Amino acid sequence: MKFNSQLMEELVTTYGPSGNEDNIRIYIKEQIEGYVDKIEVDSLGNLIARKKGNGKKIMIAAHMDQIGLMITDIDKDGFLRFTNVGGISPYILMSQKVIFENGRVGVVYVEPIEDISKLKLSNMFIDIGVNNKEEAENLVNIGDICIYKPDYSENDNVIHTRYLDDRVGCYVAIEAIKGIKNPKNDLYFVFTVQEEVGLRGAKTSAFKVEPDIGIAIDVTGSGDTPKAKTFAVGLNKGTAIKIKDNSIITHPKLREHMVNIARNNDIPYQMEVLEYGGTDSGAIHLTKEGVPTGAISIPTRYVHSTIETASKKDILDSVKLLIKLLESDIQL
Amino acid sequence: MLLKKLTEASGVSGNEKEVRNIILDEIQDFVDDIKVDRLGNIIAYKKGKDNPKKLMITAHMDEVGLMITDIDDMGLLKFTTVGGIDKRILVSKPVLIGDNKVLGVIGAKPIHLQKREEWQNALEIEQLYIDIGVNNKTEGEKLVSIGDYVIFNSQYVEFGDKLVKAKALDNRVGCSLLIELIKEIEDIGFYGVFTVMEEVGLVGAGPVAYTVEPDLSIILEGTLCYDIPKLDSHLIPTHLNKGPAISLMDRTTLFDMEFRKRITKIAEENHIPYQYRKSSMGGNDSGKIHTTKEGSVTATISVPCRNIHSPTSVMSKQDYENTYKLLKTILLEYEKGEL
Repeated sequence: MKFNSQLMEELVTTYGPSGNEDNIRIYIKEQIEGYVDKIEVDSLGNLIARKKGNGKKIMIAAHMDQIGLMITDIDKDGFLRFTNVGGISPYILMSQKVIFENGRVGVVYVEPIEDISKLKLSNMFIDIGVNNKEEAENLVNIGDICIYKPDYSENDNVIHTRYLDDRVGCYVAIEAIKGIKNPKNDLYFVFTVQEEVGLRGAKTSAFKVEPDIGIAIDVTGSGDTPKAKTFAVGLNKGTAIKIKDNSIITHPKLREHMVNIARNNDIPYQMEVLEYGGTDSGAIHLTKEGVPTGAISIPTRYVHSTIETASKKDILDSVKLLIKLLESDIQL
Repeated sequence: MLLKKLTEASGVSGNEKEVRNIILDEIQDFVDDIKVDRLGNIIAYKKGKDNPKKLMITAHMDEVGLMITDIDDMGLLKFTTVGGIDKRILVSKPVLIGDNKVLGVIGAKPIHLQKREEWQNALEIEQLYIDIGVNNKTEGEKLVSIGDYVIFNSQYVEFGDKLVKAKALDNRVGCSLLIELIKEIEDIGFYGVFTVMEEVGLVGAGPVAYTVEPDLSIILEGTLCYDIPKLDSHLIPTHLNKGPAISLMDRTTLFDMEFRKRITKIAEENHIPYQYRKSSMGGNDSGKIHTTKEGSVTATISVPCRNIHSPTSVMSKQDYENTYKLLKTILLEYEKGEL
């Protein structure tokens, strides 16, 4: 399997913050049409694609939303104020470029402050290069959401870009959809909305799908950078099989099955014990009467920054593991 | 007067009976179906012509308050808060305790006896007590029990330029709007729902949405208002007298953009003033409603209330009227199938 750079770049550069996922949904729909039997969109905007099979009903969730900034105020000089949509650090946001759905670019800066530790989202603003409120209002409305302006680069080894979280999960799911020719199990690939604000799309889509098994595909952190907090996940060490994060302890038999699949197919893997964070798996496994759920994670450095970094090999290994897992007979 | 009756009634989260009875009494002749569910939510239904989308309008009945935790040897009462209450507003307020509404006052160490350092900080709840004018524990136990709910003793008063001061405007203002809609609107089918225990974690709303399965919901609220001068405009969540506040996002919901834009367009077309609720803090019943079962679309429309969650909340009757006008217009659009 070759790394599909074009798909990856298009995924991470397509607009789709939490609550306004239309563009990315349309893009993903175009990529998977022809490879699935049925596609539907639910009332929150989740994209649910079914690839029919006779075995267990499996829901594979990758969230398509991304973190961003929602405009709350436009002042008389046309400067914009905002609130965060998802986890945004003011230190990372400082002096970044942002872009709106309509393509308008702005830059983020801060009111004069003496002490950098006083940097807060509430004293920062966006400059979209207009002269007054009226000009600004012609371009941007209160309630609009902007995202970090795309900036993609890759080399033989890694990708550096904003929004690997979780477009890399979407990449893995899309490549698996294309790679699975004769599905043994009944597969529901769900590209979820609003993960970044509280796993909301996964909650409602899992209720609708009623899966026998849930699998979330998302980024995880890494412990392999200078003086990083101890965390036994690193880049180029294979796909990560989640044991726990703050939202879930994965189903032990499903996890064991995933490990066996990786071993039997010579897919490099590492076990992930994450002491923070959550994924769609957290919402899925508590749905209705409970759903045995696991997660495949893509080791990623600098998560929620503008320079998230992941290994192409780990990504390909994640696709391989997902395909083999979904093609297997899962007995729990 | 309806809003007076509603705001002066006792209805701290988990003890909404008095408010519920007022509401049942007001609306029962104007609905086609009504029930109180197992948690105490009121689910009322008005029939209308068929509409492909099921509409639910909700308001929570409960208010923030206090609960008695202990009666000491002198007959003074210790208490805890129910819902989000700023401890700094408590001292020296009159309160009413339990079903019999026993009068008490919240007392603390007089300023003369406080050390200079003590002036710098708000008194902790542990340093406050409620004095109900008894001499000892036995006398106290005759009047109140541990677990009794406590409300602020605060009357509904109209003052100034069409302003209202009352306790519990969050969310009796929503209840009042919904009651009036239920009574006035004819031949438009919708669910009118009054929920319990919003202030302690949106408790009633989830089960209600599970029962009703709405496609569209409008959550009516009294929301925070902090419109003092010299504050940068982006730090003002809502203004008094600038009309109903439409929510963008809060801790529990990213409000559906299409539905929100439809509502603001309806307001513009009908020359009804509106504003956005600029804060992303707080949350409301929408958080549970829109993620129940397969999910649904919600919007929140609020009447701005200064000094929210205090005995002296303040709202504008003009905002109330404009909010009502907007709701009525939305319902007419709904009837036309244009929502």
